Amino acid sequence: MTYHAGQRVRVAARSHPGHHRTPGYVKGKTGTVERAYAAFTNPETRAYGMDGLPEQPLYLVGFAQRDVWPDYPGHSRDRIYLDLFEHWLEDGE
Amino acid sequence: MSEHDHPHEPITNGDEPPAAARARALEQLLIEKGAISREDVRERIDWLVSRSPADGARLVARAWVDPEFKQRLLADARAAALELGLDPGPSPVVVAVENSDDVHHMVVCTLCSCYPRALLGPPPAWYKSLPYRSRAASDPRGVLDEFGLELRDDVELRVLDSTADIRYLVMPRRPADTEGLGEDELAALITRDSMIGVAQPSAPAAIG
Repeated sequence: MTYHAGQRVRVAARSHPGHHRTPGYVKGKTGTVERAYAAFTNPETRAYGMDGLPEQPLYLVGFAQRDVWPDYPGHSRDRIYLDLFEHWLEDGE
Repeated sequence: MSEHDHPHEPITNGDEPPAAARARALEQLLIEKGAISREDVRERIDWLVSRSPADGARLVARAWVDPEFKQRLLADARAAALELGLDPGPSPVVVAVENSDDVHHMVVCTLCSCYPRALLGPPPAWYKSLPYRSRAASDPRGVLDEFGLELRDDVELRVLDSTADIRYLVMPRRPADTEGLGEDELAALITRDSMIGVAQPSAPAAIG
């Protein structure tokens, strides 16, 4: 696991022509690692009948809603959390 | 003449939506390729419809009455479910998150319909709908308002988008005036929607 809880990470802004589990709404956004879970098989290859190896570390990453949605109508402290694979994360410091 | 050299009419109500026809065609293809059997599909459906929110409610009710169990639930919900003899399902990690006076959690799967089926049963239709999946992320307070849940402005709202292998279960706040209730009576207050985070548990007076 490259990242640890409390670390700032940026989600890669790249597009991916195929199945992937990184929603467009957080691409390019910076958040904070909440939990470092474990490594899981990669859905991007598993979706096409392959074995999903090598496994990819998975993290729970939290974002301020106002960083994700510029016009977010709720409270400034509201947050949104996603499970994101390490190969979609970059150092966000 | 063989009974199986012709396609059978599907068992439907005749007004099958396109997605159902597509799912049936995929199922047929997977069976023809030997990837799955009809028995696998039937067993999977049997398992799914045998699950219910009563299991999740048992977990939460125990946590309300047993602080040490609550800590174990929050540390590892899968292990906590096994401790109560419940089936936590195939997900390797199940996470329970605790609502408090100051923090409220709600769960969505913006990409599809990931849901802790083993502990809550099949997800409601609205959970899989595009409006819930998009608005729970971008306007969660508006969604909660439509569910009749009013959050104080100073409560921190945390949305969990289950985008991968982890399944999330909300542990709602224990309602007031429930000190005298036993674990089973408490479990009856803990609704499916309160464990998704779009409602509070029932008030004790609501139970007849």
